[in-house]
Amino acid sequence: MGSYIPNTEAEQLQMLKEAGFESFEDMLSVIPAEVKLGRELNIPEGKSELEVSREMKKIAAKNKIYDTVFRGAGAYKHYVPAIVNTIANKEEFLTAYTPYQAEISQGILQSIFEYQTMICELTGMDVANASVYDGATAAAEACAMCQERKRHTVYVSETVNPYTLSVIKTYCFGSNVDVKVVPACKCCGRTNTEKLAEMLDSESACFVVQHPNYYGILEDIETIEKTVHEAGAKLVMSCNPVTLGTLKTPAEYGADVAVGDGQPFGLGLAFGGPYLGYMATTSKMMRKIPGRIVGETVDTQGERGFVLTLQAREQHIRREKASSNICSNQALCALTASVYLAAVGPDGLKEVADQCVAKAHYLASKLTEAGLSLKYDKPFFNEFVTECKCADAVIDACAKEGILAGLKLSDTEILWCATELNTACEIEKVAAIVKEVC
Amino acid sequence: MQLIFERSKKGRKLSLFPACDVPAFELDAPKRADAPKLPEISENELDRHYTELAKHAQGLNDGFYPLGSCTMKHNPKINEQAAALDGFTQVHPLQAEAEVQGSLEVIKRATDTLCEITGMDNMTLQPAAGAHGEFTGLLLIKAYHEARGDKKRTKIIVPDSAHGTNPASAAMAGYDVVSVESNEDGCVDLDKLRAVVGEDTAGLMLTNPNTVGIFDKNILEITNIIHEAGGLCYYDGANLNAVMGYVRPGDMGFDVIHLNLHKTFSTPHGGGGPGSGPCGCKEFLAPYLPGMTVVENNGVYSFTKAEHSIGDMKAFYGNFLVIVRALTYLLTVGKEGIPAASRNAVLNANYMKAKLEDIYPMAYDTTCMHEFVMSLEGMKHDIDVSALDVAKALLDRGIHPPTMYFPLIVHEALMVEPTETECKETLDHAIDAFRSTYEDAKANPERMHMMPMETPVKRLDEVRAARTPVVKFSFED
Repeated sequence: MGSYIPNTEAEQLQMLKEAGFESFEDMLSVIPAEVKLGRELNIPEGKSELEVSREMKKIAAKNKIYDTVFRGAGAYKHYVPAIVNTIANKEEFLTAYTPYQAEISQGILQSIFEYQTMICELTGMDVANASVYDGATAAAEACAMCQERKRHTVYVSETVNPYTLSVIKTYCFGSNVDVKVVPACKCCGRTNTEKLAEMLDSESACFVVQHPNYYGILEDIETIEKTVHEAGAKLVMSCNPVTLGTLKTPAEYGADVAVGDGQPFGLGLAFGGPYLGYMATTSKMMRKIPGRIVGETVDTQGERGFVLTLQAREQHIRREKASSNICSNQALCALTASVYLAAVGPDGLKEVADQCVAKAHYLASKLTEAGLSLKYDKPFFNEFVTECKCADAVIDACAKEGILAGLKLSDTEILWCATELNTACEIEKVAAIVKEVC
Repeated sequence: MQLIFERSKKGRKLSLFPACDVPAFELDAPKRADAPKLPEISENELDRHYTELAKHAQGLNDGFYPLGSCTMKHNPKINEQAAALDGFTQVHPLQAEAEVQGSLEVIKRATDTLCEITGMDNMTLQPAAGAHGEFTGLLLIKAYHEARGDKKRTKIIVPDSAHGTNPASAAMAGYDVVSVESNEDGCVDLDKLRAVVGEDTAGLMLTNPNTVGIFDKNILEITNIIHEAGGLCYYDGANLNAVMGYVRPGDMGFDVIHLNLHKTFSTPHGGGGPGSGPCGCKEFLAPYLPGMTVVENNGVYSFTKAEHSIGDMKAFYGNFLVIVRALTYLLTVGKEGIPAASRNAVLNANYMKAKLEDIYPMAYDTTCMHEFVMSLEGMKHDIDVSALDVAKALLDRGIHPPTMYFPLIVHEALMVEPTETECKETLDHAIDAFRSTYEDAKANPERMHMMPMETPVKRLDEVRAARTPVVKFSFED
C-alpha cells in the first residue's frame, strides 16, 4: 500500500503513550460506537507508486488527443510558451496556502498584485480581484455585484456561452433573482438591441453581454451600452481576453464590470478545468467586487509590501453579509496567466490576436469555398458558424484524419474556431476533407 | 523586490511566434486606443523575476505548515505527474464521449470512491472549491423543499463556531441565517438548537469534528432534531481528515456534504487555489445535482444530467486536473491508507497538544481530533502578548503560524493542525519553537510586538492598505 505517513509503527506507539493513550482505539474512543463504520471501506487496496503511475497512464491513454483543433466554444487551444509551466510548477507557488501571513508571502502577494495590474491594463478597468473560478462564475458574481435596492432583475443575452447563462440562472435561483434572456437577432447572430430596449425597466439590475459572443460575432456594444445605461442598469461585459490585445476595451465602451475566462492565457484545455475567472470593475464599484484583492502598503520600516486588503467585503469577516462566499480561488491559474502575459508582452498578445483573426478568416474562406456557408454575415473574431446538410458527416470525416472539427450546434450548424496554432496547411487540409463530404 | 513592470524595458521580448502564414485580415471593429502596458522582458529576466518571488513565498516544501482547518498535508509528486499527462491536459471538454472515456473514468472512479468514504449515494465534482460546494449543497436543499411545495423553510441554522463561508453560502442560497451558540465544550447546545428549529428550518450546516477540533458526541441527536423538524442536514467536509474510514457523514445523519479535495485528498493549494469542492448527497437529492454525472455501463462511460438539475455551478465538469490528483491519491493510499491517514492526523494533533498544554491553555480540555485550539486570552491579559504576536514570532523560527483568531468563539485563538504527513522530529521541533516563543514572551513581552524580525518585510500596515487602496501598479512616471 502507498502511504505518506512518515512515523513508523513503533514511533506511533511511543507518541500515543506520550499523549496519554494506550492505543489508537483508546484515542478514538471519543467517537461514539453507534456512529462508527465498524468495517473496512469498500474500495480497492492501496498501491505502490509504480502501479499507480501505470494505472493513471492507462486511463489517460483512453482519451483521444487531437494535434489539430478547430474547436473552441469556451475552451481554446493556444500556444503555451515554455517558460509558463516551468514557473507555474515551482513548488513554492504550487504548494503554498492563501497568503494570510503576509511577511512570508510577499512573493505570492506581489504576483497577485501584478496579475491585478495586468487585468486592469487589458480591460481598462480600475480594479481587478485575485480571480474567481471561471468565466461563467465571474459573470454570475458580476450579476450579484450589480444588485441594488430596487433593481434586481438580471438580463442576459441569448448570445452568451450556454454555460454562462446556465451558471447565472443557477446562482440567481439561489438569490431569488429573476433572469430574463434577451433574444438574439436570428439573421445576424447578435443581441437584438431593440428587444433589449423594450425589455429593460426600472427594476433592471444589469445586462450581461459576451463580446465576441458565443458565435464568435462582435456585438454592437455601443448601442447596447447606451440602451443599458439609459435604463439605469449596469453593463457586464464578458470578453475572451485574447481579443483585448487589439479590440476596444470594456472600459472604453463604458462597461461597469468586465469578466471573462483567462484560460487562453497559458492554461491547457484540461477537459474543462482548472480555468481562470477574471473580474474587474470601476473604482466606484470597488467595494462590491467579490473575492480577494491585494493592495500595496508599507511595513514598519517604511519598505513597500503587499497585503490582502478590503477584507471587510469577505466571508471570514462579514459572514452572511459578505459580497460573496468565495474563499479558495484560482490563484495558481492567475499566476500562470501573468507569466503568459509577461512572456508574450503587448506585441505578442496583439500578434496572437491578429493571427487568430487572420486564421479564422482564412479558415472561413476555405470552408465556404469547400461548400459550407456562413450562417451570419456580421464581423467575427476567431469563431464563426457554418451551415451544411450534415454536420455529423463533416465532424466524423475530420476526426478520421486526426482533426477536431468545430462544435456541432445542430444537425446543420458547426461552430468553428481558429487560433495562432492552426497552420495554413491544416486549414487547407480541413477544407479538402469538407469538400469531399459536402 | 522590483515589480515586473519595473523590470520592463521597451523592445525586449521573447521570440515565440512565426510570421503569420495566411493573409492578414483587417477586422471591421473598434480597436483599443493604446496597447495594454504589459511587461516587455527577456526570458532570462522573466525567469529570475518569478524565481525571486518564489523565494519570498512559503510552500509546503519550505517547512511545517500547521494551519488549522486547512489540512496542509504533503502534496504527493505522483499526483502532479498524473495531472500533467497529455491524455488529461490536451483534451477538449467538448469532445465526443467516446473520445474522452479516460476523463469520464476519472470522474466516475473518484465519485464512487468518495461516495463510499462519505456514505453518500451520488456526487457532483463540478464545484471548484469548498465554498462553491457549500453553495451547491444548499441549492440542493432549496430545490428539494421547493419541489415539495414547502415554501415556508427560509432559515439555515449555523453554529457560531462555523467557518465564515457557511453563513455566506446560506445567504447566497437566499436563506436567513440563524446562528446557534455553542455550549461550553465547544459543541452544539442541544437545548439552544431545539429552541431555534421549527417549520421554517430548511437545514443545518455542521462539521464534525467541529471547528474547535472536537468530535460532537451528540451528532445523531443533532441530526435527528433537524430531521424531525423537516429540515435537512449539511456536512461541511473541512474536517473530514480526522475521521475517514472511521465515521461517515452519511451514517451520522447527514443528507448532503461537500469535500475539499485540496485539503483531505492531498491536492495542492496553489497559493489560494484552484481547489475542488465535490458535493455529495443521499439518493433523494440526486435528482437535483448540477452539471453532468457519469454512469458506467459494461465498461462504457457516459454523461447523464439529473432529471431536475439545479443547472450548472461552473462551466464544464469541475477543476478536472485537481480531480485527477485526488484520484491518484485515493488509488495510492486505498482502503487501509485512508483510515491510517486519519488516525495519524489525530495522533499528531494530540501529541503536540499534550506537549504544549502545560503552558498554552487549550480552549477545550478534552481529546482533540485532527486539530486543537489554544486560547492566549490569559497571556494577552497578563503580559499583553496576543495570538498575533505569538504567530509572528513563530515566523522567525521558520514555522508557518497556526490559523489565528478562528474560530470566533475562542478569544485569542491559535488553531494547530499538524496533519499525518509530518514526522515526529518536525513536531518536536515545532513544539520547541512554541515553547521557546512562550519563554521569550514572558521574558520580554514588549519585544513580541516587533516580531517578526527575520522576514523579508516586517509587520505590514493593513489599515493603510484598506484606507487608501492601491490595488494596481501606477505607470504614471
